[in-house]
Amino acid sequence: MNIHEYQGKELFQKYGVTVPRGRVADTPEEAEAIAKELGGAVVVKAQIHAGGRGKGGGVKLAKDPAEAKQVASQIIGMTLVTHQTGPEGRLVKKVLVEEASDIANELYLSIVLDRATGRPVIMASTEGGMDIEEVAAKTPEKLHKIPVDPAIGIWPSTARRIAYGLGLSGDQVKDGAKFVANLYKFYDEMDCSLLEINPLVQTKDGRVFALDAKVNFDDNALYRHKDVMEMRDIDEEDPLEVEASKYNLNYIKLDGEVACMVNGAGLAMATMDIIKLTGASPANFLDVGGGANQEMVENAFRILMSDKGVKAVLINIFGGILRCDVLAEGVVAAVKNVNVNVPIVIRMEGTNVEQGREILENSGLDFTVGDGMADAAEKVVAALGR
Amino acid sequence: MSIILDGETRVLVQGATGAEARRLIPTMQDYGTNIVAGVSPGKGGERVCGVSVYSTVAAALREHEADLSVLFIPARYSRDAALEAIDSGVPAVNVLAEGIPHHDACEVLTRAKEAGTLVIGPNSQGMMSPGKAKVGGTGGEVPDLMFTPGPVGVVSRSGGMGAELSMALTRAGIGQSTYIAIGGDLLVGADFVEILGRFEKDPETECVVMFGEPGTAREDQAAEFIASGGFTKPVVAMIPGEFMENMETPATQSHTGALIERGVGAPSRKKRLLREAGVHVAERFTEIVPLVRKALGKS
Repeated sequence: MNIHEYQGKELFQKYGVTVPRGRVADTPEEAEAIAKELGGAVVVKAQIHAGGRGKGGGVKLAKDPAEAKQVASQIIGMTLVTHQTGPEGRLVKKVLVEEASDIANELYLSIVLDRATGRPVIMASTEGGMDIEEVAAKTPEKLHKIPVDPAIGIWPSTARRIAYGLGLSGDQVKDGAKFVANLYKFYDEMDCSLLEINPLVQTKDGRVFALDAKVNFDDNALYRHKDVMEMRDIDEEDPLEVEASKYNLNYIKLDGEVACMVNGAGLAMATMDIIKLTGASPANFLDVGGGANQEMVENAFRILMSDKGVKAVLINIFGGILRCDVLAEGVVAAVKNVNVNVPIVIRMEGTNVEQGREILENSGLDFTVGDGMADAAEKVVAALGR
Repeated sequence: MSIILDGETRVLVQGATGAEARRLIPTMQDYGTNIVAGVSPGKGGERVCGVSVYSTVAAALREHEADLSVLFIPARYSRDAALEAIDSGVPAVNVLAEGIPHHDACEVLTRAKEAGTLVIGPNSQGMMSPGKAKVGGTGGEVPDLMFTPGPVGVVSRSGGMGAELSMALTRAGIGQSTYIAIGGDLLVGADFVEILGRFEKDPETECVVMFGEPGTAREDQAAEFIASGGFTKPVVAMIPGEFMENMETPATQSHTGALIERGVGAPSRKKRLLREAGVHVAERFTEIVPLVRKALGKS
């Protein structure tokens, strides 16, 4: 799960991870009041989940409160288009108003789970404010990687080593080490899957803080973090995906015309591949899961059918643990309850497959049965009438 | 022969008194699995399907010896149960739950590595050595429909697809030595390399089918292992999800491992590396059986 920058910074403060002074505003008037309170020049930043906000005109400098009000009135209510939002962009509802800092150095700090070693890794670099993959590719010696034992966490000496790795010196080593230690504590206790501070800044008056923050939480662990769950902004998500998540369906909307209903992620991917290889495009990824019952299948059909781009449905079921007859009954009942007005092709395999096919054939519903995955894909592409 | 699991393997069931375990213990016993004891905190002294239940793994191990513990434990309690098994000295642990927090998995796998414990999973559907034993949900209620003894080792990140391709082999008259569902999560214990290493030493395994997924470098490592001579028998592989590479936002799916990140993890790259290592790569599911037949010299 993702949260907004201002939410991330609010959480950071609880852990002593330093951030610029500032607050979130819903209106230009509030932005003006915050700027007055902060004194001096401020930065007004659009709050949407996508990156690339600055280039899209969503981040602006204001020299005084009156200008802060003026730029906030431009940003709040704008549809911000960045390379991550797609052409339709996102409506900006809030802005973060922060003190403008006199930056001496831009640094980089992140904590991620390293898939290869199965451990968290802290990455630190003096080359902040730029694309870190480029740094890793061109000047790998400038990117320090420090693996952490998750059972132990980090020692003060590890934090100091990282602070030196960030090029800090004198009194700032202490502040930097504290920043690193607090950030790791945040990563650990808040079940983050990724924490990226780019840039981490060193100001001319000697402070160290997170100018920007990318915070991703592990969805599997959200049950332990009710406060984070409350920060969810469903306006930032696809409405059909939000609907699917209510029923524990794993759904991702795509742009094709063949809706797929499949049990199991591996089978779903194989199904999408074969649709593509046969000459059509999948309209979605949908995994109804291993324990798919009638209610789940019914909800899944409702979501598939509310996508206007769908011209045919391919149901691909493997009864490995669940029996095909149980799944077939669920599909038949679901189709009777939901108005499905496009051709349906079903391929079914596994335990009790004969009984399952019989239930489909005797249902009185208009299903086309595919014999194997390739045949089913051909039939569903043929049903598109091209 | 087989790997990791056979009819002699002494199996401990953690979460033995739960509904899932009560449903699956009889199917495992009927298949020949040697279940020696069950563990459920606070349920010591009970019996499930003739199996004695203890409140702790340590208590169970005072009365029985165990080679493998299988965890029928919900995701949020799996960390604790796995750590208990590891710290009690059980040599192998099969974690079935889907949706375990990543930090929990990270801690379990770190401890397991230190202790030298083999972890299969998390998010594994279980294991099956046809004709001998099975653990987890693999094979469902009619395992003989999908599995039959034979020379092909099967290893898969997807539980469903591993079972389905085993069934396709069984239908074609080709049996399996052992099937391992290594798990669909981002972080898992035993990877392809670990399993291939064990199949290499198993004289009855003549060929291996591996089913991968997008995301992680697991298939890349397998390719490197094969290319460097760590595995010398024929390998047939399928990696679905190439279609996803053209999508702007990578799909996350329920297999958290299937995240395509920055070029690494792309199915096209995995397939190229595997081909370069001499692996027979199937683009479509229906190509798997003919490729296996050819690899076994039965064209």
